[in-house]
Amino acid sequence: MTWFTNNWEQVIELTLGHLLLTVPSVAISLLVALPLGRLAHRRPRVGGALLATATLLYAVPALPLLIVIPVVFGTPLRSPETMIVALSIYAVALLVRSVTDGFGSVDRQVRDAAVAIGHSPLSVLWRVDLPLATPVILAGLRVATVSTVGLVTIGALIGVPSLGTLLTDGFQRGIVAEVATGVAMTVALALVLDALLILAGRALTPWTRSSSPARGPVALEVRR
Amino acid sequence: MNLIAEALAWLADPTHWSGAAGIPVRVGQHMSMTVAAVLLAAVVAVPAGVAVGHTRRGAGAVASATGAARAIPSLGLLTLFGLWLGIGLEASLLTLVVLAVPSLLAGVYSGFMAVDPAIPQAARAVGFSAAQVVWRVETPLALPVMLGGLRAATLQVVATATLAAYTADFGLGRYLFAGLKTRDYAQMLGGSLVVIALALLLEVALATCQRLSYRIADPAGARRTSPSPT
Repeated sequence: MTWFTNNWEQVIELTLGHLLLTVPSVAISLLVALPLGRLAHRRPRVGGALLATATLLYAVPALPLLIVIPVVFGTPLRSPETMIVALSIYAVALLVRSVTDGFGSVDRQVRDAAVAIGHSPLSVLWRVDLPLATPVILAGLRVATVSTVGLVTIGALIGVPSLGTLLTDGFQRGIVAEVATGVAMTVALALVLDALLILAGRALTPWTRSSSPARGPVALEVRR
Repeated sequence: MNLIAEALAWLADPTHWSGAAGIPVRVGQHMSMTVAAVLLAAVVAVPAGVAVGHTRRGAGAVASATGAARAIPSLGLLTLFGLWLGIGLEASLLTLVVLAVPSLLAGVYSGFMAVDPAIPQAARAVGFSAAQVVWRVETPLALPVMLGGLRAATLQVVATATLAAYTADFGLGRYLFAGLKTRDYAQMLGGSLVVIALALLLEVALATCQRLSYRIADPAGARRTSPSPT
């Protein structure tokens, strides 16, 4: 506990750094995954190839990916940019499937009814498909967020500061309290962001409140 | 693109393919650690998963426990165990086992629970013992989902085994950490490409096994859509 009281300022700073890597990555991945998932849903043949690629990408180990990215994208090795590219790739790989499943979960009759009462294709997308696909997309977003928070720590190995820095620094200096703080803060951050997403989901889908509970990260992660 | 050429040159150098720190030895270490971790994890996860899946009780508790476990960063576990057990293989192996258990467990119990309850009941009615129901009815039907769990666990372990080189002189991760320390980009990138190739190879092999297992679970091919391990 003394370690924490002496170093809480650094912990706060690293937590902020952790957030600044996590939030943009998840946001970018959602922006990329939405059109890709939509495409995969509309064109199953393209979608099959797209989802297969996503599964393969997700299989690439994180640390080697961090080393390959600078060569492919031209970002400096020890930079937040490299981290954000890597994290976005993983999150997109997870989210594309959720978005595709999400659009697939929309009842065809509901869509037909929307067309029948005069919605334009764009309006069907924004006001029917997307809201109804939200619960499934959100379940995927929760998985992606929790896994991104964990992955950010790997960046410490190439020297990008985050809560992972507490893990490597604590290990090298043999301070158990520092490592334990790093683990606890990472888990706490994941749980807080997950809770925020659940709240956002409730606000976005008021009609689901009384029915079945949302599928948690547990249910979806297995598939990878 | 110059870096890629250097990495390829590093990979093509015959001196990197022999000796105690050569690529074949490192790949062997990496794979043996992966297999050992997944097997040890299976010793824990399979009986527990079968118990939960067969009785169809306690799934909620197990699901929330494994979900919470997934939020723990693997590097955190590795460094904690490293400080606790000291530098060496034990800490790495323990980390990998702990990481593999949730995916395996989820695969087994969700596979069992995805079986239509009427089928094991019918098997009991025609005189199967509990063990026969598990072994000859539920296991074959749950096989695709169970293999999905195995696939997820193996991939996670293979990836994290790279990090294991942070606390032990073992596996392919050595090339990455040694390269990072000495700024030897060719070695780092060459090592990364080997790890990525290994992971992708495993992924394709396990995905093929999973696809083939549908023939055991559903020999008539009646179900077109594959059940996902939820």
